[in-house]
Amino acid sequence: MSVAETLTAARPRSGRTVSFLFLAIAITLIVATPFLPNYYVRVINSLLIYILLGIGLNIVIGYAGLLDLGFVAFYAVGAYSYALLASPQLDLHWPFLLILLVAACLGAATGILLGIPVLRLRGDYLAIVTLGFGEIIRIIINNMDWLTGGPKGIPRLDKASILGIQVARPIDFFWLLLVTVLVVGMLVWRLERSILGKAWAAIREDQDAARGIGINTTNAKLAAFATSATIGSIAGAIFAASQRFVSPESFTLQESVLIVLMIVIGGIGNILGIVAGAAILMLLPEVLREFAEWRILFLGLLMIFLIIVRPAGIVPRSFGPDKLIRRLFGK
Amino acid sequence: MLGNLIQQTVNALTIGAIYALIALGYTMVYGVLRMINFAHGEMFMLGAYVAFLLLSMLIGDVGAAGAIALTGAFVVAIFVVGIIGVGIERVAYKPLRNSTRLAPMLSSLGVSLSLVTGIQILAGPQPVAFPSFFPSVRYEVLGGTVSSVQIGILVAAFALMFGLHFLVNRSRIGIIVRAVSESRPTAQLLGINVNGAISMVFFVGPLLGAAGGILYASYYGIMSPTMGAVIGLKAFTAAILGGIGSIPGAMLGAFILAFVEVGGTALLPVVTHGVLGTEYRDVLSFAILILVLLVRPAGILGEAVSEESIVYKREF
Repeated sequence: MSVAETLTAARPRSGRTVSFLFLAIAITLIVATPFLPNYYVRVINSLLIYILLGIGLNIVIGYAGLLDLGFVAFYAVGAYSYALLASPQLDLHWPFLLILLVAACLGAATGILLGIPVLRLRGDYLAIVTLGFGEIIRIIINNMDWLTGGPKGIPRLDKASILGIQVARPIDFFWLLLVTVLVVGMLVWRLERSILGKAWAAIREDQDAARGIGINTTNAKLAAFATSATIGSIAGAIFAASQRFVSPESFTLQESVLIVLMIVIGGIGNILGIVAGAAILMLLPEVLREFAEWRILFLGLLMIFLIIVRPAGIVPRSFGPDKLIRRLFGK
Repeated sequence: MLGNLIQQTVNALTIGAIYALIALGYTMVYGVLRMINFAHGEMFMLGAYVAFLLLSMLIGDVGAAGAIALTGAFVVAIFVVGIIGVGIERVAYKPLRNSTRLAPMLSSLGVSLSLVTGIQILAGPQPVAFPSFFPSVRYEVLGGTVSSVQIGILVAAFALMFGLHFLVNRSRIGIIVRAVSESRPTAQLLGINVNGAISMVFFVGPLLGAAGGILYASYYGIMSPTMGAVIGLKAFTAAILGGIGSIPGAMLGAFILAFVEVGGTALLPVVTHGVLGTEYRDVLSFAILILVLLVRPAGILGEAVSEESIVYKREF
């Protein structure tokens, strides 16, 4: 039992208060968003996109215990799928939902493509290979001017519409993202508790023992990469549709590090932690706007501090959504 | 043709020497701690900035610095960065020595982010012109042009590498560092000051990296807060290629990588009829990195590490 667990067990009352606070903030935010000015809606939208990315990357890092530093590549695959299939660039104008499907498939394919060669690698080597993979994708996008527009990117993307309803204003994307985050979050949470999720946990804790009890580690790892990449790719497609512009600048190594940072600060392996981490990373810069440059420095130092003082993150793995629900509704 | 060949060879040697200086830091840290120090590229960047700061404090006009001021700034700057390196290890990595395997790596990502933004705040994000540390004279050698800057870089880099070779193989400190690198628990049992050895590595590594940074900045005449990122990754590739943990391996890997890069940059557009241009140079380096890790993770000179010999540690 970790220290945090002991503490929460010793103080059920305060745990309950915190849980209610969590829920109250979330509900207030959701209810208030339609009345906020567009600028703030955009901030909340990017928060939701980061939560989506965090949920995706967390499958590989938090569940399967593989440090992936090239996650942004899948985000780019999704974004460029939308940009190429719904813009004057190739003169294609596919419907949004179809592109989302294509992006998800392409994402999964890229995930498996990266997964196959790195299966044998562990820990630090894996981190470096994925990092190199992410950079290769970015450099290729940056230089294939005839297809991706190079560093200038692809402008004038189509307005998205779902079954005839136009999704163009920030508030439309807020609802779209909220539904996506809830659905994906729910699915991934169920996945974590499924037999596959347990296989991932076994690989994370001890790969050799996992293999010893008959887990097909190869397939489980590939499944982790594919699921994670699919979610990253979907997030990318929605991002592209909401910005209606893509350029390689959005897919740098720093972005990958930022998502890892979010997971580590919030709580590795816990969806609630990701929400908390994303909120800190996205909202803190808004609160500290006057200190524009200082905030990243602050985040870097915060990361070092938290890894040393609270390695499990703000919300530890043991305090998952099921615990939140139990805290809220009795027992 | 011959002239071109000579010129490209000298170019590759120059870049290779700079890669080697940085790669040594990666390989030494990996040797003693089995940790990839993502902040090492920032030591390279700090070297250039500290030298620049010293020069501008010493004499107002950096461009007009004399030979003595330049040499002094070089020496003081690399020692300062070495001390910074030791300090960073104490604060950010030492508390994590018994933590999970990935914790110090994540911490080093935090250090890297903090250093880059710290310098951006202090010195501004834009690139700054950097003075040349060597008189710029061009020599014609069999039709190729070789500049005195390149010769100066080669001399300085090789002097430092010989110094390191002496330190590691001929001195008492070197024996201690090698012992810790071979097996930390055994070294500890023998009464070796393990913390001292680790501090030593975190002093020498950043010192060499900083030297690389100053030489690099004076070669290209420019420095920027983000200059460490890509170079750091290349040097890391070199360390892996040569066999991470192996000091001669890091140097060998650096020169091989530099030759492949310079050769590739010259040949890529010709071989592919202009489909792949010189801008794919970095892709080439990363592709080599991935290939080496997949085919021969131990690198050229590295010893194959069996799973049993690694003290088991949880990744998270």
